[in-house]
Amino acid sequence: MNTVLKILAVVLLFYLHIGGMLFEVPRLNIVNESIRGTYFHVPMWFGMMILFGFSLYHAIAYLVKPSPLTDHKSVEFAHVGLAFGILGLLTGMLWANYTWGTPWHGDPKQNGAAISVLVYLAYFVLRGSLENEEQRARLAAVYNIFAFAAMVPLLFIIPRMTSSMHPGNGGNPGFNMYDLDSRMRLVFYPAVIGWALVGYWIAKLRIRVRSIEEQINALEDDKIFNDLQNDKV
Amino acid sequence: MIIASIIELLKKELTLELRRKSVIAGIGLFLFSLIFICYLTFSLRRNSISEATWSALFWLTILFAVINSVAKSFIGEKKGTVIYYYSIASPQAIILSKIIYNTLLCLVLSLMGYLLFSIFIHNPIQDKPLFIVTLILASGGFAAALSLISGIASKANNSNILMAVLSFPVILAVLLMAISITKNALDGIDRAASYDELINLMAINCILTALAYLLFPYIWRS
Repeated sequence: MNTVLKILAVVLLFYLHIGGMLFEVPRLNIVNESIRGTYFHVPMWFGMMILFGFSLYHAIAYLVKPSPLTDHKSVEFAHVGLAFGILGLLTGMLWANYTWGTPWHGDPKQNGAAISVLVYLAYFVLRGSLENEEQRARLAAVYNIFAFAAMVPLLFIIPRMTSSMHPGNGGNPGFNMYDLDSRMRLVFYPAVIGWALVGYWIAKLRIRVRSIEEQINALEDDKIFNDLQNDKV
Repeated sequence: MIIASIIELLKKELTLELRRKSVIAGIGLFLFSLIFICYLTFSLRRNSISEATWSALFWLTILFAVINSVAKSFIGEKKGTVIYYYSIASPQAIILSKIIYNTLLCLVLSLMGYLLFSIFIHNPIQDKPLFIVTLILASGGFAAALSLISGIASKANNSNILMAVLSFPVILAVLLMAISITKNALDGIDRAASYDELINLMAINCILTALAYLLFPYIWRS
């Protein structure tokens, strides 16, 4: 990853933490100061969707032109995306506890998010239960594409059809993405970019680690093979 | 060409199914036992469960029956049979014939389930035609998703557990739509209120079928 982007990610997150905690925010009933959660909770979902999107892209790329590296990319983006999804659920539960009264409110978006986390957990179970590497990569790519398509209605269509307590869904009042205070935009958009960059960075590092591990394994296999050959001679 | 081979494969599926009567009897008995357990555990006297519970029980029963019966579409196949199919038909023809056949199977299962539910528990559905349409559409969605996942799961070792784990999140969207239409059908409210959900269910079916059609060749190749 480009050094400029890394520096940008760090600077943006510093700005987010300082600005997110100190800048003025609009006063709203019930939500009050917890509106600052927008800077930490919402970017998790943006980050998750971006990372799952990359994972999907590499899954398609694998089916078009199979190579171990593409498979590693697909897995690691899914890994980091899953971490973002779990963090999103946890921050959401924390926030819901103070504004809606209970951590798990049965909100359609909350349920949809939990299901999408389940989808990717199932994806890793599938990978774990296949032994042949090439077959594992191919079937996992197929399931990745299929599951992503099945997840879209859960996250983007059903919550908009039923009443939801999330802003912008089911026409419920309260603060809305579209009347976000202009002061909040100043922190919110950098926050989204910052978290997405950090997710991308982590995924890139993990891909490198995995590729190097593979190379080490291959070298060790060669060495054992050569030792055996020499012993025989 | 592809249509001819789909028809041939469908004929083969149906003949095989009718020849092995024990399999059909097994699925039927499974459904019957599930519903009888619901009857015994919930309603000692008739009409003792609410409409919401009825709908939840109905869809749970159908879900389990359908997953168990569609799972065998690839999981049970012998290795030799698979190689034989590979040599005579294109993967697209195979997946489409499986989807059509499984749609019929799911539809028969859910209609049977509905009949048994109305005999043993009761039949609170007010808008019956709407409910039947829901059953048809949901069967299509289940069949499309489960046929592909059965193909994936059949390659792994612990395929039966994997089948359940992989399919639940994928068919949940179909199930949620079906349940919300069922709610409308239960209350017998105006049909215009369900059009959104019906169209949505149809769209989900189209996406799932199209993806199964596109992705199946990659599973088939190994």
